[in-house]
Amino acid sequence: MTFLETLLQQSPVLIIATPLLSAFLMPLVSRIHAKVRDVFALVVLGVTSCFVGLLASDVLSHGPRIYIFGAQNLSFPLVRILFEVDSMGVFMAIITVMLASIAVVYSWSFLHQQDGLDKYYTLLLLVVTSALGMELTGDIFNFFVFLEISCIASCALIAFWVDEGEALEAAFKYIVVSSIGALFVLFAIGIFYAQYNALNIATLAHLLQFTFLDKIVLAILLVSLGMKAGLAPMHMWMPDSYGRAPPSIILIIMSATLASVYGILRVMFTLYGNVLTTSLRFSLPAHVIIGWILIALAIVSILIGVIMALVQTDLLRLIGYAGVAEIGYMFLAIGTSIVALGTSYATVALHGGLFHILNDALDIGLLFLVAGAIYYVTKKRSLDDISGLARSMKFTTVFFIIGALAVAGMPPLNGFTSKFLIYESVYQVNPILSIIALLGSILLLAIFIKVLYAAFLGPELPELKDVKEAPRSMLLAMGFLAVFAVVIGLFPNLVLDTLVKPAATALLDHAQYISMVVGGL
Amino acid sequence: MTKIVKTTANILFPFTMIFGLYVIAHGHLTPGGGFQGGAIVASGCALLLVAYGSPWVFDHIKDKRLATFESLGAIGFITIGLLGLIFGAVFFGNFLAGSGSLFGTTPATGSTLADFNTGGVLPLMNFAVGVKVIAGLFVIILVMAYASSIKEWS
Repeated sequence: MTFLETLLQQSPVLIIATPLLSAFLMPLVSRIHAKVRDVFALVVLGVTSCFVGLLASDVLSHGPRIYIFGAQNLSFPLVRILFEVDSMGVFMAIITVMLASIAVVYSWSFLHQQDGLDKYYTLLLLVVTSALGMELTGDIFNFFVFLEISCIASCALIAFWVDEGEALEAAFKYIVVSSIGALFVLFAIGIFYAQYNALNIATLAHLLQFTFLDKIVLAILLVSLGMKAGLAPMHMWMPDSYGRAPPSIILIIMSATLASVYGILRVMFTLYGNVLTTSLRFSLPAHVIIGWILIALAIVSILIGVIMALVQTDLLRLIGYAGVAEIGYMFLAIGTSIVALGTSYATVALHGGLFHILNDALDIGLLFLVAGAIYYVTKKRSLDDISGLARSMKFTTVFFIIGALAVAGMPPLNGFTSKFLIYESVYQVNPILSIIALLGSILLLAIFIKVLYAAFLGPELPELKDVKEAPRSMLLAMGFLAVFAVVIGLFPNLVLDTLVKPAATALLDHAQYISMVVGGL
Repeated sequence: MTKIVKTTANILFPFTMIFGLYVIAHGHLTPGGGFQGGAIVASGCALLLVAYGSPWVFDHIKDKRLATFESLGAIGFITIGLLGLIFGAVFFGNFLAGSGSLFGTTPATGSTLADFNTGGVLPLMNFAVGVKVIAGLFVIILVMAYASSIKEWS
């Protein structure tokens, strides 16, 4: 066996172990020099990205892989912790490492010479570890452990600017909401374990009977993971923490949030994949009922997101509400694909939803970084206090325009492709849904045009006379996201064919996921 | 605190330490392990804090050194996992069990006395977790003592 093959075989665990080990090396490394610490964080994420790339190229061409902890072969599938990596997990892992690397580059200048940066990088790498763990694991209890790590580490990161009281309040709200969510996930896992004596996702999916308890578990998992993902009635932590955390952190928390969206997808399509078509009541199949619930929540998310964003004056909070609306679009697509399970437009909707996960990370991330750059140079949060910034911050203005148009789904940019896929598939379920989705996009465009006029155009304020362009590393980070947004917008098939479609296929093909582990059982 | 409390703490402190270290070391044989034993040791340190007051403890303990120990505990744990990858072909592979060397004896079956020299990498992992928990919990206690010693906050 060559070295590369060994590396490939071990890569699922190395993806987790590398950031985890370096997270705890970070306090020691940062004693050497601040520069060494900054570079070390990026190098670690670079190495992790290499492993993710290696694993992705193999999984996309040769199908799912499993990794067994502490044993060579799968003799006791019920007691071993497994990592099961398919195209979906790989797709999410790529998004996570990309967001994390960009956040590290951005925070070089953004948090320059602030206190406690060794702990900052430690927590950042821990959140990355937890998000990657949630995406690669094949064990539902393991999923819970990583979920809990992400809760605690993100809470500490949100309170990074602890001298502002509101950051502390946002962090407290976050830890309350996400701990309750995580504890309910644990409760649900307990019910599973009591019934089936198994914790492995594939084994559970194989054994699942869809008893009354299983229906309760499904509801609990949907609600608690939806809470972590920021779905509408449970979205209240999201604008608060996105509005108060340092913007480089927001990218990291966003990757943890998207990992929760992945959790819902895994629960719906794989864990309950076998039983979705059984009829519940009034001869309605389960997937229709669950799908419509998801669609209803998604519509509420979109409406609340855009309407609340319309009235905000705090730029970071405004983008946070836009993020809620974007989560709504993802769930609209996911709900549609569940309602119409088996039809061709269900697959299209799933493509749109998965593609939108990537596009949301790029667009909303870019807007947060732009808002962070504005905060960095002016030290002001409110749109009322800033004006005419385009004169001094040319690059940032261009990046903002790209981000705003992409979020609104304007044609040459990446948001258009995924939203178009969502519109055309949702239309076949009910045209009204498609109209609401379009209306949401139009409102998002209006909101960001308003921000463009308020912040970048208009008269120059006397107190903002000596404002300079953001530092180079922040521009670099924003530039990366903007270039990705434009390139994916111009050549959507590049990503759609290589990453999104295999991911959707892997999700819909739950039989393969199960047979990888259960096999002979 | 009074002389009575200080003397009692002086007597109890070594016993608490030994019991905590015993729970850590025998984690693979008896109930308990790294976390539980570490919590016992850290509670012994809390005893000192109560008896001698926070200024005395702040003078004698450097929080930076505790933070280093905490990192070292976590690094040790993951390193053992990675050593399993190198010597046992999988992450967390138990490469010491049954090897005859350190912690490598295969335990006898049936009703025998507990053999300490068993368990492979498990005792090592317990030691790593123990170091981390002792340092981590003690830092938490110190921070709480420090916060409550600031009068302006109240």
